[in-house]
Amino acid sequence: MATVKLRDIRKSYGNVDVIKGVDIEIADGEFVVFVGPSGCGKSTLLRMIAGLEDVTSGTLEIDGVRVNDLEPSKRGIAMVFQSYAIFPHMTVRENVAFGLTINKASKAEKEEAVAKAARILQMEHLLDRRPSELSGGQRQRVAIGRAIVRDPKVFLFDEPLSNLDAALRMDMRMEIGKLHQDLGASMIYVTHDQVEAMTLADKIVVLKDGMVMQAGAPMDLYHEPANIFVAGFLGAPSMNFLDVTVHAVNDETVTISNASLDQIDVPHKGRTFTAGQTATLGLRPQYLHPAMGGAGKLHGTVILSERLGSETVIDLALADGSKIIAALAEDSILTPGAATNFDFDPNQAHIFPETR
Amino acid sequence: MAAISSDNHGLRLVTRYVVLTLIALIFVFPLVFMVVSSFKPDLQLLRDASSIRAFLPVGDISTDNYSAAFERAPIGLFVFNSVLVTGVTVLLSLLICSLAAFSFAFLEWKGRNTLLSIIIATLIIPFETIAIPLLLLVSKLPWIGLEGLSVGWLNSYRVQIIPWIADGLTIFLFVQFFKDLPRDLIEASRVEGASWWQIYRRVVMPLSGPVIATAAILKFLVMYNQYLWPLIVVQEETYRPVMVGLQYFFQLNTAWGEVMAYLTIITVPVLAFYLALQRAFIASIASTGVKG
Repeated sequence: MATVKLRDIRKSYGNVDVIKGVDIEIADGEFVVFVGPSGCGKSTLLRMIAGLEDVTSGTLEIDGVRVNDLEPSKRGIAMVFQSYAIFPHMTVRENVAFGLTINKASKAEKEEAVAKAARILQMEHLLDRRPSELSGGQRQRVAIGRAIVRDPKVFLFDEPLSNLDAALRMDMRMEIGKLHQDLGASMIYVTHDQVEAMTLADKIVVLKDGMVMQAGAPMDLYHEPANIFVAGFLGAPSMNFLDVTVHAVNDETVTISNASLDQIDVPHKGRTFTAGQTATLGLRPQYLHPAMGGAGKLHGTVILSERLGSETVIDLALADGSKIIAALAEDSILTPGAATNFDFDPNQAHIFPETR
Repeated sequence: MAAISSDNHGLRLVTRYVVLTLIALIFVFPLVFMVVSSFKPDLQLLRDASSIRAFLPVGDISTDNYSAAFERAPIGLFVFNSVLVTGVTVLLSLLICSLAAFSFAFLEWKGRNTLLSIIIATLIIPFETIAIPLLLLVSKLPWIGLEGLSVGWLNSYRVQIIPWIADGLTIFLFVQFFKDLPRDLIEASRVEGASWWQIYRRVVMPLSGPVIATAAILKFLVMYNQYLWPLIVVQEETYRPVMVGLQYFFQLNTAWGEVMAYLTIITVPVLAFYLALQRAFIASIASTGVKG
């Protein structure tokens, strides 16, 4: 177990900057998830921590020691790859014990370590099989087993579940969560899947274009996104955004409206606005509900009503031509074509000074 | 409808096998001719050559040609020499060329791509153009043997082996194969603490069966068929390989039956080697698309 510190980490390929000054602190035993769209640099960042990519500038510390120039194997890390990267010519046992074999561990030592990892991952019955005889989920288990045997200070996961089907992904996600509880080791996990990020993380780091957009506890990011990108990235269905005009800036709130939204005061949470500017209002689909008796702040027409069982997703066309989504309780029935007014709690709304 | 389509399918299958059999026969006929002829006296051999009888073991069949061939040339020695030179060269070539390719494929160093280009470019140089310079070179190279320091490699096994160990084609085959191996496997090995040597020995080479087989067979054929080079660097019978030994059978009146017997004998190691590696060889052609 160990802390990991990234200070002003940068990475360039020639003139192209991929990571543009990242500062992250990972506490002992913390589960941190790097999340972001493709090409945001999250995998590169993980590979830099692993030592598979050079650090162009900045300081990388694991357990208080600068590791910028250390070989991957000297950093006290273990890595689980998206492709599993298990060796096809070795049995599961040989795969799991590979690191120990390389380090010339004794036979008894290997047996014990493999048995322990197999017990944790419930794969004792697979030990003598070859990878080609395993399913995707089992292969991933072998890759995790190989990581456990190294007894690393930090576990690194590079999109470990993205090659699995949906059902298996959920099982393995829970297992990884449980593994973290059992081992209590620091873990860094890269994914583009915000559900994995929300469910697994103690701390989420949202990345975009090689920069940290926001870092914090999942629910903090969900409820208090620092910017439009984070607001739109976390949560499913994703947040609705409306272009609005700021009419007045008050002590705690700003007064806004647009063609389909009545004038309303929304908490500005310390962000700076000027009267007359265009701003962006963010509304989570879950916090929208049809207004009773014709009142309501948001005026639109129902385009489509999709009943998913657990919830009903309503597509709404607003008067200004934009479309938004509302996620309602399971049995809500709204007829397509009906003019409907929606309401929301201003305290659940987010107002951002920037436009999309 | 279903019957018609299944008939069609059967017909297509038959056609395919007929065509494949014809092609196979084209390749097998020369071998059959060689083996059959080796059992016939010269006169009958030449008479039969113009008819289908050339491929049939008919008429005066005996092993006389074999006895005569063994009397005429030290065939056992020639085969031993060829198998030794070929075997050692193939093994060393697999080791040296795969190590070089490993460096080209996985390690990062300055001038890597330039050097690889130069090595591949050597493929277009015909051996005949460098034969004489190479002869001058090896005739002056020193060697430390049991008898101490000597100069000149002529008349030895080493002169037939060492210049042929490294070659552009083998390195190229290995580089291409290595580059197609999943990068993650190499990186996972590094994270696990494997040195480059351990990655080569424990991960890369065990996964390289198909390319090892391909490279081994290609090298085997080149080495076993060596003629020009041993002809100019080996004057003593002690080190003479099979192809040069063929000269023993060509005189004013060539004993064709003996030639065929000799050829049959020296073909055996090639067939044995090919059959041993056939499965891997075919797998490698199918999987890498590298043609042999």
